[in-house]
Amino acid sequence: MSNSELEIVVDDPTAPEPDSPAVADTRIVEAVTCVLLLGLALLLGWDNWRTGIGWDSTGPQAGYFPFYLSVILGAASLYGLVTVLLTPKADAETFVTRAQLRRVMAVFVPTLLFCLATQFLGMYVASFLLIAGFMRLVGKIALWKSLLTAFVFTALMFVTFDIAFDVIMPKGPLEAAFGY
Amino acid sequence: MEAFGLLLHGFAVLMTWKIIALMMVGLVLGIFVGVLPGLGGPNGVAILLPLTFTMDPTSAIVMLSSIYWGALFGGAITSILFNIPGEAWSVATTFDGYPMAQQGRAAEALTAAFTSSFIGSLVAVLLITFLAPLISSFALKFGPPEFFSVYLLTFCSFVGLGRESKHKTVISMALGLLLAGVGMDTVSGQLRMTFGSSELLRGINFLVAVIGLFGISEILLTMEERLALRGHAAAISLRVVLNVWKDLPKYWVTLLRSSFIGCWLGITPGGAIAASFMGYNLAKRFSKDPESFGKGRIEGVFAPETAAHASGTAALLPMLALGIPGSGTAAILLGGLMVWGLNPGPLLFVEHKDFVWGLIASMYLGNIVGLVLVLTTVPIFASILRVPFAAVAPMIVVSCAIGAYAIQNAMFDIWLMLGFGVVGYVFKKIGIPLAPFTLALVLGSRAEDAFRLSMIGSGGDMTVFWSNGLVGSITTLAFALLFWPLIDKAFGSLARLWRPVKTAG
Repeated sequence: MSNSELEIVVDDPTAPEPDSPAVADTRIVEAVTCVLLLGLALLLGWDNWRTGIGWDSTGPQAGYFPFYLSVILGAASLYGLVTVLLTPKADAETFVTRAQLRRVMAVFVPTLLFCLATQFLGMYVASFLLIAGFMRLVGKIALWKSLLTAFVFTALMFVTFDIAFDVIMPKGPLEAAFGY
Repeated sequence: MEAFGLLLHGFAVLMTWKIIALMMVGLVLGIFVGVLPGLGGPNGVAILLPLTFTMDPTSAIVMLSSIYWGALFGGAITSILFNIPGEAWSVATTFDGYPMAQQGRAAEALTAAFTSSFIGSLVAVLLITFLAPLISSFALKFGPPEFFSVYLLTFCSFVGLGRESKHKTVISMALGLLLAGVGMDTVSGQLRMTFGSSELLRGINFLVAVIGLFGISEILLTMEERLALRGHAAAISLRVVLNVWKDLPKYWVTLLRSSFIGCWLGITPGGAIAASFMGYNLAKRFSKDPESFGKGRIEGVFAPETAAHASGTAALLPMLALGIPGSGTAAILLGGLMVWGLNPGPLLFVEHKDFVWGLIASMYLGNIVGLVLVLTTVPIFASILRVPFAAVAPMIVVSCAIGAYAIQNAMFDIWLMLGFGVVGYVFKKIGIPLAPFTLALVLGSRAEDAFRLSMIGSGGDMTVFWSNGLVGSITTLAFALLFWPLIDKAFGSLARLWRPVKTAG
């Protein structure tokens, strides 16, 4: 054994408790997904039927190919729905527990807010807010570290994309004030 | 040999400081992405793709493929040191890799993993070098019916050979093909499935979907689990490397067998995971001492790693020669080709020689540079895992959003990405595979075009797909693969009927 060997231990203080009650089981989620997919298949199938699923002088019409795909999708979803309904309840696994859902929401909600902020404040301001806010509020990391990381990362992105690689991101009032 | 001369030309294209620098940057980013929890090959390539939009195609593909090699190398680090497989195909590496790390032989295991990755890739690249030009020149004779039958073969093999429930694979594929059709119809110019929305007019971009499905959903999934790590950090000394290399010839059978399995399974879609397990299991079965596997045997690292990398690399063969990706990452690279204005398919070898041979040469070079890079920098990358996930997660979200926006400069795409993130999360949890969806989305419009062109050619006669020996046998093979589970079962019961006594024991 060499002396360069060292342990890396990272702990997770906000880990979901293992015995948290289940919010939904996989069976229900699967059934709902199948119903939604079936609905989508019907909707798209109808739209393609309206576009034209027959043949004309130039060959198959625009709706022909996707129409039959909608039929396949619908049939597969229906099959999935029936299989799920026929499985006994006891076999179902937990889809998500309450503690897990809370953690997933802790990422999903900020991401949603970030997308909203991007629309109105521009990508870079939104990015700064997301990183600083997430590190501070979800990760419980010291405020100065959060702000510094957010600033450095955002500035790095700005330099990389907008300046070095000429990939222009959406801008908001702050960038406008600086003349971008 | 013609291929050899072209390959040398490819190396000449690569030997500029700019390209070498891009390769290093790509490799470092790739290893980074491979080590981080919640990111892996396809996600990394998808998120970093926008960086390449303004580059010329050769620099772009060199950088992207380097990210891919880096991610493949990086996956091995977490599997061995932390028992956390970064990718599904690294699972088999943890069986023996982690026990080795626990015994204080982490450096040895890492060297073995990196070296065998290198060997696996190298064998696959050799295969690509000599086989891809042949296949593509053969495929130049293909007409629309042949192309459609090859697409059909790809889709059917996913359904027939996949491990997931068949109807779930069908759902995933049909959905992908449908979404690929949204927007303006390429043949007639008619609008379809847009429901009057001007945002849907552009269609659903493949890369936006991939970033959502893989990037965002992976963050949601990672958060769900307990993120505690306990592992070993190890520096690799030159002495260990040389010791492992000295023993390599002893394992040539394992290495060769795994490379072969990898190349074979890599060309058929979705094979890397199967390849790594198969490589491991066969090594165990043929070993004189199968009991010692799973307790820290170096062969148990060699076998799956070689197979996984051979298959990951071989997956690029059908992409280059036929325009059909063999894996999720290859599908994303294919999406990249289209963004850079190249038309994937057999013509690529004729029209863009620099590009193709530059890419193939970069596979050789990238793997050598990557091997040296990971061997020297393992401790640095292992310590990335100490960075709290609360800092990494929002950065990944931002990178995803930048990537999604940059593709078409559309805010709508950021929302689409979020939607696909939720879809990906739910699909992964209920077992609907995402790889067929990705493949269908990227091939959808070309499969439809091929179908309609063949229909126009034949005047609506379906028998065009059996009109000559070539197209007929591909189509028949496609249907055989689609119903493979049934055929397999039928043969199994027939065999039992014939030999009821022998199978009893």
